[in-house]
Amino acid sequence: MITLSNLISRIPGGIAQGIIWGIMALGIYITFRVLKESDLTVDGSFATGGAAAVMMITSGISPWIAVICSFLIGILVGCVTGLIHTKMKIPAILSGILVQFGLYSVNLHIMGMVANVSCNPSKNNVFITMRSIPKAILVGIIFAAVLIAIMYWYFGTEQGCAIRATGNNERMAKAQGINVNNMKVIGFALGNGLVALAGALMAQYQGFSDVNMGRGAIVIGLAAIIIGEVLSEIIFPKGCQFFTRLIFVIIGGIVYYLIMIVVLWLRVDSNDLKLATAVIVMLSLAIPNLKKGE
Amino acid sequence: MLRIENIKKTFNPRTINEKIALNGVDLVLNDGEFVTVIGSNGAGKSTLLNAIAGVWLVDEGKIFIDDVDVTKLPEDKRAKYIGRVFQDPMMGTAADMWIEENLALAHRRGLKRSLRQGISNSERETFKLLLKEFDLGLEDRLSTKVGLLSGGQRQALTLIMATLQRPKLLLLDEHTAALDPKTAAKVLDVTEKIVRKSQLTTFMVTHNMKDAIIHGDRLLMLNNGKIILDIKGEEKKKLTVESLLEKFEQASGEEFSNDAAILG
Repeated sequence: MITLSNLISRIPGGIAQGIIWGIMALGIYITFRVLKESDLTVDGSFATGGAAAVMMITSGISPWIAVICSFLIGILVGCVTGLIHTKMKIPAILSGILVQFGLYSVNLHIMGMVANVSCNPSKNNVFITMRSIPKAILVGIIFAAVLIAIMYWYFGTEQGCAIRATGNNERMAKAQGINVNNMKVIGFALGNGLVALAGALMAQYQGFSDVNMGRGAIVIGLAAIIIGEVLSEIIFPKGCQFFTRLIFVIIGGIVYYLIMIVVLWLRVDSNDLKLATAVIVMLSLAIPNLKKGE
Repeated sequence: MLRIENIKKTFNPRTINEKIALNGVDLVLNDGEFVTVIGSNGAGKSTLLNAIAGVWLVDEGKIFIDDVDVTKLPEDKRAKYIGRVFQDPMMGTAADMWIEENLALAHRRGLKRSLRQGISNSERETFKLLLKEFDLGLEDRLSTKVGLLSGGQRQALTLIMATLQRPKLLLLDEHTAALDPKTAAKVLDVTEKIVRKSQLTTFMVTHNMKDAIIHGDRLLMLNNGKIILDIKGEEKKKLTVESLLEKFEQASGEEFSNDAAILG
């Protein structure tokens, strides 16, 4: 039934999931906006994070330790993509596709060759679950705030500035003695670390990990980034600080997910959602280019 | 001090596009020497500069900076010794980063990039004073994105960045070629100030014969990947465009083929 109360009842859950997608988008922001590379590894590393976390939690390990381990595994995955790109000289986009493709097998191995492993919150110790949405929102916000603060600090350090310079102007970075290959590997590593961490949160939240849970993650992440940028330009037409831009990535994730909820509430076939998302992201990426007349 | 021993470089070897770009270049630049480098199109001026900077490795020969053999060092490792300004004003700076962030990046040239803050308050003060000295109107715009500056301002900033940490060698690759004449003159003025003040060993490639004659204390002319003229001291001071062209024709047996160099 299409009723308003039905829609309103779904909003808190949408916000909670939106925050988790927003955290994932923070990882994509590092590769897409800071390094200016398209890293398709994330479709795999999101599921890797979820798989690793669920396997640890269901074997009795603390969910906090599980999330940290997922982050570290994501870093490892990002290093692989980064090294394939920089050492084997394979274009970044293809390196990501290769790693993402291979991760499917790795993720199945992590989950004991089962495509879907449940992590029932009443039987397992989890700290973020859809059974308690207000708490899930709170935990999500705390995670987002801490991660944004760390990112803000890090990209102001010497190393963070070197990564930004690499994304901005590689020749200039080299002339300043920056090892651009190392900076790219670090960028891919941190990006995928955050994506895997978000995967670990999502698996807890939904109560299972699935080998396909990362499918389309890159598109959702880009949608969150772009929606956030559009909103920030409306609210701060004169531009805003890096810190604020990161907050808007999270807001973009929330808004993206709320849009999806409205669309689903309108009884649009969920199978058409991916096409709709792809078109929206394509148009949002195209509009700034077309405006410039390039 | 820069010492180059018989370096050679061929692009696209064993293909139809094979080009011998450097064909045995020997050169010693003493400390504090300011050399201008000129040559017709494709003579190897910028190629020689790129060979010194380490953009790619040479096929043969050796390159030493202060007796350190840098022949096999990649570009980013060599940057420790070298300050560089490119022809394209967009190339030397990071457009989306602030003026002070660009300066701070350059201030750490050749150093390890740690997790310390990328820029300190004392650096900000130093940068402000430095920019004021060059009268570019940038001293109060430290937190402006470099992308918003004019080409001339960006080149001047790149020059300051290249010399913020005293380089053993300053490489200028036709750094005024993309600017209008008035701005070019101003940037050359800044160049002269910086080079003389810190007595920098400088290698300036230019397409403009007059600039090559006016500036520097030594002039090199390249042709077909070789140094064919090396003029210093009193002889350099007496040079005119006409006498330089004459010397070129005697040395090479060809006519100089770069109108811009003669007319500019």
